[in-house]
Amino acid sequence: MKFQVEDVTVYFPYDHIYPEQYAYMLDLKRALDAKGHCLLEMPTGTGKTIALLSLITSYALAKSSNPPKLLYCTRTVHEMEKTLAELRLLYEYQLRHLGPSARILALGLSSRKNLCVNPSVVSSATRDSVDAGCRKLTASWVRALAVENPNIPTCPFFENYEKAGSEALLPPGVYTLQDLRSFGKEKGWCPYFLARHMVQFANVVVYSYQYLLDPKVAGVISKEMQRECVVVFDEAHNIDNVCIEALSVSVRRQTLDGATRNLNKMAQEIDRFKATDAGRLRAEYNRLVEGLAQRGNLPISDNWLANPALPDDILKEAVPGNIRRAEHFLSVLRRLVQYLKGRLQTENVENEGPVGFVASINAQAGIDQKMLKFCYDRLHSLMLTLEITNTDEFLHIQTVCDFATLVGTYTQGFSIIIEPFDERMPHIPDPVLQLSCHDASLAIKPVFQRFQSVIITSGTLSPIDLYPRLLNFNPVISRSFSMSLTRDCICPMVLTRGSDQLPVSTKFDMRSDPGVVRNYGRLLQEMVAAVPDGIVCFFVSYSYMDGIVNSWNEMGILQDVMQHKLVFIETQDVVETTLALDNYRKACDCGRGAVFFSVARGKVAEGIDFDRHYGRLVIMFGVPFQYTLSRILLARLEYLRETFQIKEGDFLTFDALRQAAQCVGRVIRSKADYGMMIFADKRYSRHDKRSKLPGWILSHLRDAHLNLSTDMAIHIAREFLRKMAQPYDKAGASGKKTLLSQEDLERMGSEAIPDMY
Amino acid sequence: MEVVTMRAKYKTSVKEPGIPGVLNMTEDKFSFSPNDPRVSVKLDVGFRSIKGHKFSKEGSKQALLNLTQESGGYIFEFDKFSDRDVCRDFVGKVLGKLQAVTSSRQDAHGESERAAIPVNDEQLSTAEMERRMKLLREDSELQKLHKQFVISGVLSEAEFWAARKNLLDADAHTTLKQRVGFKSAMLADVRPLTDGRTNKVTFSLTPEIIHQIFAEKPAVHQAFLNFVPSKMTEKDFWTKYCRAEYLHRTKNSVAAEAEAAEDEDLAVFLRHDDILANEARRKIRRVDPTLDMEADEGDDYLHLPDHGILRDGIKERNTDVENELTKRTLLQDINRHAAVVLEGRTLDVELGDTRTVAEALARSKQAELATGSSDENQNQERLERVSRMTEIEDLQAPRSLPLAPLCIKDPREYFDSQQANALKALGDSGAGARPVSCNLRTEEAYNSLSEHISEIKAAGFSDPVVNPDVAVKVINVLTHHLSSTCIRLGKNPQESVLDRLPNRTKEELLHHWTSIQELLRHFWSSYPVTTSYLYTKVGRLKDALTQIYPKLQEIKESMQSDSRHQVSLLVQPMLQALDAAFAHYDAEMQKISTKSRERPNGFA
Repeated sequence: MKFQVEDVTVYFPYDHIYPEQYAYMLDLKRALDAKGHCLLEMPTGTGKTIALLSLITSYALAKSSNPPKLLYCTRTVHEMEKTLAELRLLYEYQLRHLGPSARILALGLSSRKNLCVNPSVVSSATRDSVDAGCRKLTASWVRALAVENPNIPTCPFFENYEKAGSEALLPPGVYTLQDLRSFGKEKGWCPYFLARHMVQFANVVVYSYQYLLDPKVAGVISKEMQRECVVVFDEAHNIDNVCIEALSVSVRRQTLDGATRNLNKMAQEIDRFKATDAGRLRAEYNRLVEGLAQRGNLPISDNWLANPALPDDILKEAVPGNIRRAEHFLSVLRRLVQYLKGRLQTENVENEGPVGFVASINAQAGIDQKMLKFCYDRLHSLMLTLEITNTDEFLHIQTVCDFATLVGTYTQGFSIIIEPFDERMPHIPDPVLQLSCHDASLAIKPVFQRFQSVIITSGTLSPIDLYPRLLNFNPVISRSFSMSLTRDCICPMVLTRGSDQLPVSTKFDMRSDPGVVRNYGRLLQEMVAAVPDGIVCFFVSYSYMDGIVNSWNEMGILQDVMQHKLVFIETQDVVETTLALDNYRKACDCGRGAVFFSVARGKVAEGIDFDRHYGRLVIMFGVPFQYTLSRILLARLEYLRETFQIKEGDFLTFDALRQAAQCVGRVIRSKADYGMMIFADKRYSRHDKRSKLPGWILSHLRDAHLNLSTDMAIHIAREFLRKMAQPYDKAGASGKKTLLSQEDLERMGSEAIPDMY
Repeated sequence: MEVVTMRAKYKTSVKEPGIPGVLNMTEDKFSFSPNDPRVSVKLDVGFRSIKGHKFSKEGSKQALLNLTQESGGYIFEFDKFSDRDVCRDFVGKVLGKLQAVTSSRQDAHGESERAAIPVNDEQLSTAEMERRMKLLREDSELQKLHKQFVISGVLSEAEFWAARKNLLDADAHTTLKQRVGFKSAMLADVRPLTDGRTNKVTFSLTPEIIHQIFAEKPAVHQAFLNFVPSKMTEKDFWTKYCRAEYLHRTKNSVAAEAEAAEDEDLAVFLRHDDILANEARRKIRRVDPTLDMEADEGDDYLHLPDHGILRDGIKERNTDVENELTKRTLLQDINRHAAVVLEGRTLDVELGDTRTVAEALARSKQAELATGSSDENQNQERLERVSRMTEIEDLQAPRSLPLAPLCIKDPREYFDSQQANALKALGDSGAGARPVSCNLRTEEAYNSLSEHISEIKAAGFSDPVVNPDVAVKVINVLTHHLSSTCIRLGKNPQESVLDRLPNRTKEELLHHWTSIQELLRHFWSSYPVTTSYLYTKVGRLKDALTQIYPKLQEIKESMQSDSRHQVSLLVQPMLQALDAAFAHYDAEMQKISTKSRERPNGFA
């Protein structure tokens, strides 16, 4: 359908639209007009993504003189695929209605691991070895050597791509990673470098958060994006965690050992070069004197991860004299590694600010702040000079330099915590030195500054006023949408007691109580017998899940569950989890029915949808609080309290509840879909916890469902499922309309639509 | 000559403890000698007197085998189900053989008798013969009919079976019947049993469990193929396996390590399964990209080694203990089990011999590998599915659902029944509205109707149509009889008149009914009579039918007065069917005789 949002004609690929989608578009459009940032919370299951995509692409079509480019950031690669699939749907629709003028180029961008088509490279197991494998074949010096010596292997795909030069372009269209790979295979061009190149010309780029937020990656990929970009962070409820993680480094004993090995190797290389090609080292020295720590325009294939510090904070001046010579720099690094080793031998937990830490490095190892700051760039330059291609083996020294650069650059919002062992496993010595960032606004600040509109959206941004404080920005529009439902297709319940009326909870003192374990088991046992198709269970942590599954197995509960449904479990191994998910879907598709056990904050909870028959019920066992004794968490809480006046308890509850809401929100995709959500913990019935849930869940949480026992929950579930099985009017005829057609929109014309519901 | 010797307890009823001893079975008899020579119970019975065998279910309390005789039987209890199964299988084989022999003897007998009857003899393959015998063995009713008609010469063997082609075919279909998948329960997770007194633990494995172990643990499967029987016996193999399982279960990693170091065969069971890992790598390439989390990992530069936050209270550390023996966790086992159940069983081999199962499994895996390489199509399918999944369903007109072509196995039966249904529906709704050809003109009809109305208006319904007293009387009389049976019968809808008759009569009636049906089927199917063979056949059938006629009368008369009515109600349709057949026969004979008078050389 086609309709007007103020002065923009929006092309929407469906025959109908939800009123909240329309309202969402309206707000979005106003934010774009104002060239400002906005914060929008819209419930899952209301077609957020397609509303975003169709408004922004239509907006670009309308402003044909200077169309904004869309940078769409997703949490994960599989969400990227989903987004591109929706975009393709939209693109096909727009092509049908507008003809060639609607042509755009949209592509997904990922790492070499996901894009490489060279079989000898991509067969490597890890991402880093794929990166290194690629560099071994495509680095400029390797290719220069190969011209003279045909025995040196190069990558045919990259060579073809280079040969095609400016001819190598992607025709307009929507390209998923798979499409890029097959296009590359067909043309014989390297899809990775082609995609990297085409990013400049594309109208829509879909990639993962870190390509904008993590300075190491953003410095390489997103450097050339112009200001006229609309940046969207979808599923952004965890964006603050991504931000602080992008600027954090941790150093373990293994890292330091590896770094020492790397340094020895580099020393050997330097000696070799001194003997054979001393001119090269001298040339590097001269360059450094001129203050070119970064060597201007590197060939695309020589690019490496960029400086870990934010672009504004990188000094554009000459490298200090005492680390210009390669051997001097190496000895500085050796001293640094030695110092860190000494610090790791501590018996107690130590907590320090960056300033104090830098001062003590200066005192004990004789390395001043400026030298620390240049560590990363100096290392990068040295590795290029030494023509090191197997970068995957030099990750350790790189980590140490990242740490040094960050610690030398920032004085605020960071702390350095040294722990001799993990709090949860005190008997296993595992010392670690962590540089942890507490201020989420640091990493995202350049994004807000560089781009004219940044849109942060998710199904769970409650309380919505917290995010502008955490990220330190001023949205022009900040709004939380409710959900207009045709029928009560979601049924949240709070289960506080088992059938025996004893309370259930994952509170630390109760979680291992066999009574609680059994009551949780009984709940699942009864539910698998009553609910058709797929059921998803979320646990508070891997170790808790592991424990409870083992006890259920011993008690025979698991065997009972298996009588009704197949059981699949998320493990820490991604390959296994992916296969388990795939099988889970198959089991739901074929009617066998299945249960999926997953972990809140885990990879599955982050981005996998359990919509329609893939999830008719989701059970959240417990409240997914963070491990509150963690030093880093405590340090962060303290920082938040001092800087933003956010109370510790409030933040912890907010964080736990957004995770829980995120988990249960995965069951619903559209208004035709339906699903139940059980919050199985007595703590959910308390007002201070419950009230932090997003509004669209709260509005369906009836008072009668606030304090249920297992048998009552079963009863409600049966009723609900029976009700959902009845036919209903999709348009929502009684009273308010929940589905609008083109005519409806036209009729309403200039009326104030957002007030309609 | 096979012999089976097994330790067992003999008992005359299930409850009693039984006498321990040794059961010895040969092909024609079995004997039991008690351990205690003082006990006088000693058995030596020929299998000829055994009618059948029953056994307790796997997993029930006792492993029982009951050899039934005409009256009573011999019950043996075994220590283990596996022992019982050996005996059971043996007995089954022997009894099957015996039965085949007797029935073929009967057949031979019938053959000689039948020699005089001209039959278009058919050469039967032994397989065909065996199938028929099996059918007869399984269905006592059929056997009775066969005995009655074929052996007495009313019907020929071929004729008898010609009417039962579907049975013979269906028999061929039995191998194609629904294939049973794996059990949902995790059988491979064998739990040890302890007797509580000693430190001994017992694992029991059944063919079903072994099959599941092979399917879920390819390494064990591989090891079995490699080691058994060249390197060790099957028993040793499973002992080792159970030992490894036990070590794994008790999480005694130190002991496991020590054992594994000592015994490299045992280590196979404890190590990480490489075959599984390879399979996973192969499969991951085919998963739906919208849930491919491995790709996600490959794109994650935030979590470079040692970047990000290590211990922030969210993430949990992988307890990456370098010990590769303890890697296999319950969670992995559960996932693996569910995946195998979902894949389904691809074997057609009877579970029994472990070796054949293992080999068949290996073959089916190879076949799967060969076909799996061409996944171009699957890719397309997957993409289509993704695009279908992305659509929001209720914003869109519903997609036309994919159609499966209608497949009617037996069109005749289907359409006949459809017609019958249609007729019935017609009868229900339109019984009154049967189109009566009416050549009255409208005015005439109107006139007549108005006349009637005015007449009634004038006269009124002065006297009732039926005198109420008379009506009540009639109804009472009519219902009296009905209600008497209703009171007796009505309580239980399942209970029929037949159940209230004496057993003998009931059986006789049923038997007559089936034989009449059989004969009538042949009778009617031989019309129109075109050959002399059919002519004689019809005659033969008619004679057989006439013999039944008086028997039915006899039954009817032998009954006591109160149930005679019921029986006669039951017999009535049979008699009617017979009468119809006789009438037809007579009419046909009449026709033939007139014809033959006209044309003396009627039938060549």
